[in-house]
Amino acid sequence: MTRAPHAGPEPAPEPQDDAGGPIFYGRRMRSALMLGTAGYPSPAALAEAARAARPAAVTVSLRREDAGARAGAAFWELVRGLGAPVLPNTAGCFTAREAVTTAQMARELFGTDWIKLEVIGRADTLAPDPFGLVEAARILCAEGFRVFPYATEDAVLAERLLEAGCQVLMPWGAPIGAGLGLANPHGLRALRRCFPDVPMVIDAGLGLPSHAAAALEMGFDAVLVNTAVARAADPARMARAFARAVEAGALGRAAGPIPPRETATPSTPVAGRPFS
Amino acid sequence: MLLRINGEPARAGARNLAELIEALGHDPRAVATARNGRFVPASARAQEPLAEGDEIEIVSPRQGG
Repeated sequence: MTRAPHAGPEPAPEPQDDAGGPIFYGRRMRSALMLGTAGYPSPAALAEAARAARPAAVTVSLRREDAGARAGAAFWELVRGLGAPVLPNTAGCFTAREAVTTAQMARELFGTDWIKLEVIGRADTLAPDPFGLVEAARILCAEGFRVFPYATEDAVLAERLLEAGCQVLMPWGAPIGAGLGLANPHGLRALRRCFPDVPMVIDAGLGLPSHAAAALEMGFDAVLVNTAVARAADPARMARAFARAVEAGALGRAAGPIPPRETATPSTPVAGRPFS
Repeated sequence: MLLRINGEPARAGARNLAELIEALGHDPRAVATARNGRFVPASARAQEPLAEGDEIEIVSPRQGG
């Protein structure tokens, strides 16, 4: 069929490998966006944001239950209604022992062997404690947990976590709740290069959809956001923005970006330039 | 018997963890438990005796990032 000269080119066929999100522990995710459930203005706002995000998974935690209270049951019912797999965390644990016990309690209550392993080293930066993290990861992997360790961009730490049995890594973008984006892009790029086949999720510190797109463009498989969505003026709209950002980033990565260069190169053909 | 339940001192007459969970009015299937930092599965609570000064954690699902 002849096309009118002003019509655009035929759209390229969608590459097959763009279909679906990353694979974690043998399970194909429906998207590259993971969503935290904390800090929303209301349970309804969380539900609306989760609908807009269509997240690969939602993160949850365990907290002390008051005698006779039913706070946990009400929240759990809401989360089950979101229709996304649950990734429990060990947030707030400062030792490997606390994290291991929390993971074991989470496995029983949430009925999943997935655990986002956090062992925090400092209360101010909420930076991971790499030593406690590896210790806890080793124990939990041996007990059959599927561990998602919240780590830094340190490649040696990554190596130790993989040796411990982790098959997914979650390097931070910036300190939790900072909203700074990818604070150490060179380190993250180096980490990605060291372990090209390990699924990696940028966890923590993202503030803008463009940060998420940059993470995917850099070759990371997914991002986990919470504060950036929950504390936005309009959480559902921000969730939608992040969902599109990870999609754009993944597509851009798969499309093979041009290498950056420091000098200009004309995009319009030089040959045949009039007046030359 | 004086225990620490979720970080607070509390008197209890329960002989084991299952009895304590029931006495406190929890739905036993809706909470997870630890005694002195060690996880106690729901199925093992009735065989988990309590002793003076025990530190008991009783947790349930919450929002998390």
